[in-house]
Amino acid sequence: MSEPLLAVSGLIKRFRRSGTTVTASDEISLSISPGETLALAGPSGSGKSTIARLILRLIEPDAGRVDFEGENFLALRGSALRARRARLQMVFQDPLAALNPRATVARVLDDPLRIHALASRSERPERIAALLKRVGLSPDLAGRHLHEISGGQRQRVAIARAIATRPSLIVLDEAVSALDVSVRGQILELLLDLQRAERIAYLFVSHDLGVVRAFAHRVILLEDGRIAEQGDARAVIDNPQSTIGKALVAAVPRLARTTIQDRS
Amino acid sequence: MRRLASIPEALVGLGILAILAAMALAASALFPGDPFAIKGAPLLSPFQDWSLPLGTDRLGRDVMAELFHGARTSLAVGLAAAAAAIAVGAVIGTLAGFAGGIVDEALMRLTDAFQTVPSFLLALAFVSVVGPSLTVVVIAIALSAWTGPARVARAEVLSIRERDFVAGARVIGMHPLEIALREVLPNALAPVLALSSVIVASAILIEAALSFLGLGDPNRVTWGSMIAEGRTVLRSAPFLSIVPGIALVLTVLGVYLAGEGVVEGTAVRKSLS
Ligand SMILES: Nc1ncnc2c1ncn2[C@@H]1O[C@H](COP(=O)(O)OP(=O)(O)O)[C@@H](O)[C@H]1O
Ligand SMILES: [Mg+2]
Repeated sequence: MSEPLLAVSGLIKRFRRSGTTVTASDEISLSISPGETLALAGPSGSGKSTIARLILRLIEPDAGRVDFEGENFLALRGSALRARRARLQMVFQDPLAALNPRATVARVLDDPLRIHALASRSERPERIAALLKRVGLSPDLAGRHLHEISGGQRQRVAIARAIATRPSLIVLDEAVSALDVSVRGQILELLLDLQRAERIAYLFVSHDLGVVRAFAHRVILLEDGRIAEQGDARAVIDNPQSTIGKALVAAVPRLARTTIQDRS
Repeated sequence: MRRLASIPEALVGLGILAILAAMALAASALFPGDPFAIKGAPLLSPFQDWSLPLGTDRLGRDVMAELFHGARTSLAVGLAAAAAAIAVGAVIGTLAGFAGGIVDEALMRLTDAFQTVPSFLLALAFVSVVGPSLTVVVIAIALSAWTGPARVARAEVLSIRERDFVAGARVIGMHPLEIALREVLPNALAPVLALSSVIVASAILIEAALSFLGLGDPNRVTWGSMIAEGRTVLRSAPFLSIVPGIALVLTVLGVYLAGEGVVEGTAVRKSLS
């Protein structure tokens, strides 16, 4: 396979809290190719979000290396880092918490265009309308406040914000976990469609193995900050080898019965 | 507003403030010209002459006119000083809380330093050095009052900066200064604004005290300077000190009650939702 888009090696992060030390990321190594979906799955507290945030430079690791688009991502500082962030985006679980609670839809989508100088002030309303259409929303929503639209619409706005800067990788941290089953299927369809059209890679953080099986190409199962098992998503979930994998699969009642079409 | 009306103290406070604001706004219309102008015989007692309802002072100036013009000074200084103190405090507190590390350390040491000096002495020292004028008095009061808002803003920012929307702003590459001032600060403002009634009330008192000591703006009537004027004839004409004194007490009380009412009203609304 070609050179990976993202290559992580030996990533370590420990948290010290009231005397005890938690190793939330214990020598994690992984890689993602362009246009690929890698899932990070595991029980709550296994380190999924920590690893995602380390890769995004939202928190700094104690040790390890992150190469993104052939560049040492951990060495970037200040404005160079901010400029590179255009290519590596994130969608959070709760869009109402992850976007400024006072903002309008237009403002949420205006920020990335302005910050990365992707469109002049006069061009931006048009670009915002195009972004809204791209994620299946009416451009009329631009003037609304975030609390005036539905949860599914909000998550579409969050996705529009993430793709505004034409990223090559989007981290989805439980991005569909809070949605109703029917809305979840539609959002996953949208993400698949974007991936096919723009060759965007996803790091898909989820505790839901049913969704992981239907949506991801490969999966890494985590336990206490370590990789317990990894491989092809369907192969691993249909026939887990590790204890934690077996336990996680046993805990899902109707595995793989999500509303999303099986990917071919 | 309707909820405010159900809190009786708030109604009283708002009523006093409304009267005060009306006095300040009507001062030039009702008492045009220089309030320092001599209007009649000196030391006329109140309620003797209905063209001079509150009488005259030592020099024959209309006490009622002085009271109205003084309301304007007190309110202007109180509001301007409180706005400046809250703006400066909120920005410094936000930057300290958001930046953390040595920036936080340095800014909080500065806040400590200002806080250990009694606020009136700080204002007194500043005006004595720079010289009295309305702007200097406002700056002097703000200088002694910004530390409270700074501490409250910092505490609020410490929890806000861990929220996802701050991470979201970093992910899209927003500059830290823009995140602090445009994303975090507006969301930290509510508890800071809750301090405003206390700050306005103390600003009005400090202004009055400065004027009483002769360190107010000499070109403006203020209640503090009226009290100081009246002090020289306290035995023969006590009303000259009592009238502005009552105005001062009622104003501070009104600001305080209205402020408490607003805080209580919004707290009720929050707990209902
Ligand atoms: N900021 C933090 N401070 C202290 N401990 C943390 C912090 N963030 C995460 N942890 C700990 O690290 C572990 C992994 O957390 P997390 O990455 O959020 O797991 P997951 O996303 O898989 O539920 C947990 O034990 C959690 O308590
Ligand atoms: Mg998590």
